[in-house]
Parts: sequence; C-alpha cells; structure tokens
Amino acid sequence: MFAAANLDAILLTVRLASVVTVLLLLIGTPIAWWLANTRSRWKPPVEAIVALPIVLPPSVLGFYLLVAMGPHGPVGQVTQALGLGTLPFTFTGLVVASVFYSLPFVVQPIQNAFAAIGPGLLEAAATLRATPRDRFFTVALPLARPGFVTAAVLGFAHTVGEFGVVLMVGGNIPGQTRVVSVQIYDHVEALEYGQAHELAIVLMGFSFVTLFLLYAFNRRATMLST
Amino acid sequence: MNDLNARFRHGYPGFGLEVDVRLPARGVTAIFGPSGSGKTTLLRLIAGLERAAHGHLAVGDVVWQDTDTFVPTHERPLGYVFQDARLFPHLDVRRNLDYGLRRIPASSRRVSLDHVIDLLGIGHLMERKPDRLSGGERQRVAIARALAVSPRLLLLDEPLAALDQARKQEVLPYLERLHDSLEIPVLYVSHAIDEVVRLADHLLVLDAGRVAAQGSIVELMARAELRLSRDDGEGALIEASVAGHDETYQLTTVAFPGGRLTLPRQAREVGQQVRVRVLARDVSITLAAQTGTSIINILPARVTAITPAGASQCVVSLDLGGTALLARITRKSVDALGLKPGVAVHAQIKGVALVK
Repeated sequence: MFAAANLDAILLTVRLASVVTVLLLLIGTPIAWWLANTRSRWKPPVEAIVALPIVLPPSVLGFYLLVAMGPHGPVGQVTQALGLGTLPFTFTGLVVASVFYSLPFVVQPIQNAFAAIGPGLLEAAATLRATPRDRFFTVALPLARPGFVTAAVLGFAHTVGEFGVVLMVGGNIPGQTRVVSVQIYDHVEALEYGQAHELAIVLMGFSFVTLFLLYAFNRRATMLST
Repeated sequence: MNDLNARFRHGYPGFGLEVDVRLPARGVTAIFGPSGSGKTTLLRLIAGLERAAHGHLAVGDVVWQDTDTFVPTHERPLGYVFQDARLFPHLDVRRNLDYGLRRIPASSRRVSLDHVIDLLGIGHLMERKPDRLSGGERQRVAIARALAVSPRLLLLDEPLAALDQARKQEVLPYLERLHDSLEIPVLYVSHAIDEVVRLADHLLVLDAGRVAAQGSIVELMARAELRLSRDDGEGALIEASVAGHDETYQLTTVAFPGGRLTLPRQAREVGQQVRVRVLARDVSITLAAQTGTSIINILPARVTAITPAGASQCVVSLDLGGTALLARITRKSVDALGLKPGVAVHAQIKGVALVK
C-alpha cells in the first residue's frame, strides 16, 4: 500500500524510536530517581539542562550536537580514537541526538512518579530490612509504573515527531537517517503532495491514537489509586 | 542485658533535642509529651531513620550509633509502626506481612506469623489490598507486619493518633494483648495519657526536646508537679490485686499496700493483678473519718505535699501507707482544714476506674 521509499522511512522511524525509548528509560530512570530524592544544590541546574530541549529550537540543539560529534568536536575526537569514525549522518548519530532531544519527556514523568511516592513507604521498607537497592526495585519501581508508561509513550512519540534535529545531525540518507518527517519534507519539496499526504496522515493518526490511549490509561490509573 | 542506652544531640533551626536516657529491657516504655516535644524525632533517631550529629546508641552490647558507627535502619533488628500505617498499596495484606519476613534469615525467626495474625485478629483480611481496609484494620496489619520480622525492639509512633475514638477502642485491646505476650522492649510514643496509663510500665516525659522525667509510670503519675494531664485530669495509678467479689451488690474489691478499694464488678479472677486509676478530682479530704456518707471508699492517709493548681485549687499528694494518691481540692479548703505535709487525714474516693 505504501511506496517502497515511504515504507523504508516508516520502518526506520519505528526502529529509531524503539532504540531511543529503550535507551531513554535506562538513562532517564537513574536521573529521575536522583532528581526526585536529592537535596543537592546541583538539582536545579541539572533539571534545567534536562528540560532545555523543551524550549530550544531543535536547530540549536542539532547544531551543537553536530559540532560536538563532528571530526573536531570532543565527542568526535573520542569516537575517532575508538575507531568508530564520526557520528553525524549515521543512524547511531541520530540515536544519540534523539536521546538528548527526548530526554525531558522521559525524565519528567518518571521523576514526578517517584516524587509522588514520597519517603514514607521507603522508610517503612527500610524498617522491614530492605536495602536501598531492594527498596528501589520492590517499592519505588512498581509504584511508579504509571509514570514509566507515560514516559515510554511520550519518549517514543516525541522521537517519531522530531524533524529539526534529524535534519541537522542526520541529514537525509535513505535507510540510514531518512525518517518519516524528513521524507515528508522531501516529498513536499518535490511537489509530490500525494506521497507526502500518505505519510502525513499516518503520523497524524499515530499521534492521536497514542495520546488518546495515554490519557485513557492515566485516567484509569488515577481512578484506581484513589 | 537488653537495656537501650541513647544519648543524642540533634538540632534543627528552632528545635533541639538533647536526651540521655536508659530504657529498660522489658515492658512498655511510653515516650510522652506535648506535640513538638521531640517524641517522634527520638523514635526516628533510635530507628536510624534520622541521624543525629552527635549520638551514642546501644542496645545491650550492640552499638547502633557512635562517633564512627552508624548501623543503617535495614540492619537494625527492630520493628516500627508508623502513625499512618504505611502499608504497601501495591501488595495485599499477606504480601505486606511477607515483605519483612522474607528478608530475615530463618535462624532469627522467633515469632510465628500465624501467631501474629491470630494476635492481631487479621486472618480474614489476608487477600485484601490496603485501600480496602478500615483505618483500624490497617493499623493492626501494620503492627503485625512489624512483629513478623521478630524484632528485638518494637517502636510504635502514635499508632492510634490517626484513628477516631471508635477505632481506638478497636485497636487498644490488641495493643494490650501485645504487652502481655511480648518479651521484647516496646517504645510507645503518645500524647494521650489515657492510652499511656493502660499500656505503659515506664514513662519518659519529654518537654521541648529535653527529658522532663523518667521512671515507673505509677511513680510519675503521682507527681502532681509534672502536670502530665491537661486541665484537671491528673490522677494516681494504683497497682493492686483482686481481693474478692460481692455478687449481691455486684462489686469487686482490690487490695494494695495501704488499703482496699471497692469498684463495680469486674470480670477478673481473685488474685489477678490489676491497675486502677483514681482521678484527683474524684478525691476529697476530711480530717475525721465520716460516717453517714454514701461514699464507700474512705482511706486513712497522710499529706505529703501540696501543689498549687490554678488560681483557686491545689493538688494534695497523699500517702496511703506506701501507696500514693492525689486529691484536687480548693485552696480555701486547704487553709480551712489546715493541711500541710505530715497532717493525718481521710481520703474519700468517689470514683475508681480499672485501666489494666
């Protein structure tokens, strides 16, 4: 039903968003846990850095990532020294950029969920002989589950929806970095409105259904917890 | 052997706790005082939920905190019951009880879970989630959960404070049963003297972060100057044993060093140890023994001290031959009767309540 190039773009987008979501949950959880529990004076600056992608134009973020990962940038130097070449205009580079770009959408729901648990139940677990690690896995994680669902859905959807950062860091290489949003842009540039519409309607439908399911889930989770 | 020695200096802006206490290895010690006196803070310091900048804490020979030692909460063999129960909302009652039990080695399991479930009367609740329990049931499960880890020390932080009067009456009997069947020291934080006189053997009175008094509850309750009760609710406790019952008039007589008291028929065995409370406002004083009075309990006594209480009243401390009693009378009567320490009088007691 889709043109081959469009199908490639869809599959690539799904692959990118999946990898990024998994990485974000792994990276975002410890950051969220730290932010929810720390009284350090470093909390506000770290929160600000995590939230930056929400307010920055994607081109600004993309620009600095491009410079950092480029042959003369600090990240580029390291990846070259490791024999990995440079990351811009590769799938890996796109993953790295997307992780930064979608970080706040994953960290914030998890952080809020951890904060809502409060110290009381964790203290109770401590008096029942649970070590800090044990308390995290048996009390904090299960109780923060709705936060994780929200985080995963938003992280995935936000990665699917990005455009500016992809264009800056990933360019437009078929099968490598040409995701759906970029492909739509290409079609419009080439005045292939029918093709553009085919992908645009898919994104539209996906986004609506995702958000609808998320809000429905959150409603149920809130009702269950009261 | 299992005495608890605690010395803490712990300060926040506007509040400082400075205590040095030795708590007995057996029985219930009530930590008593007004809100903000540091009761909960002391309990949290003992549990290791907070860390005092300066402190020494030892249970028996085992040091839990010292200059360079701090045993984390999860390694201290204690049970803790919070004011707000704090059951895990994602686990049913059974798994709440199992949570701590699974985390102690089999070798240190001295309390059987079945026994605990039976003691707290929660057998029918095992499959329920905490949000399907009443406040009283939640608190009973919390107590059972704390006991399931076979603690060597049980800490209770106002377990009844969040409950309404009816729920309190529901949980109190379980706490009393606990007292009789536990062999470990219990620290019980409370600001309600009515609970304390029913449950405690020892009393530690805190005021503004300092120890105002400590000792046996019977001894401290007889000290008028401590003002342990709000308003005019002070009253002495008397440890007595049941001497006999009068079935005709449905009365019970209890005996103690220095006399006997008669009260409405109690469902107790002859010889059983009981604790009765005599409120000071229910005691009046006469110089000669009255006849032709409806008051049954009249005991010879000697005045030991007179403490002013408000503008018009005094609390008179009496000695009934080894047992202390308090009487609240007007200052005018003190002068009219010429009461002063050493004077022999008769105490007329209008009301006696069995509290234990």
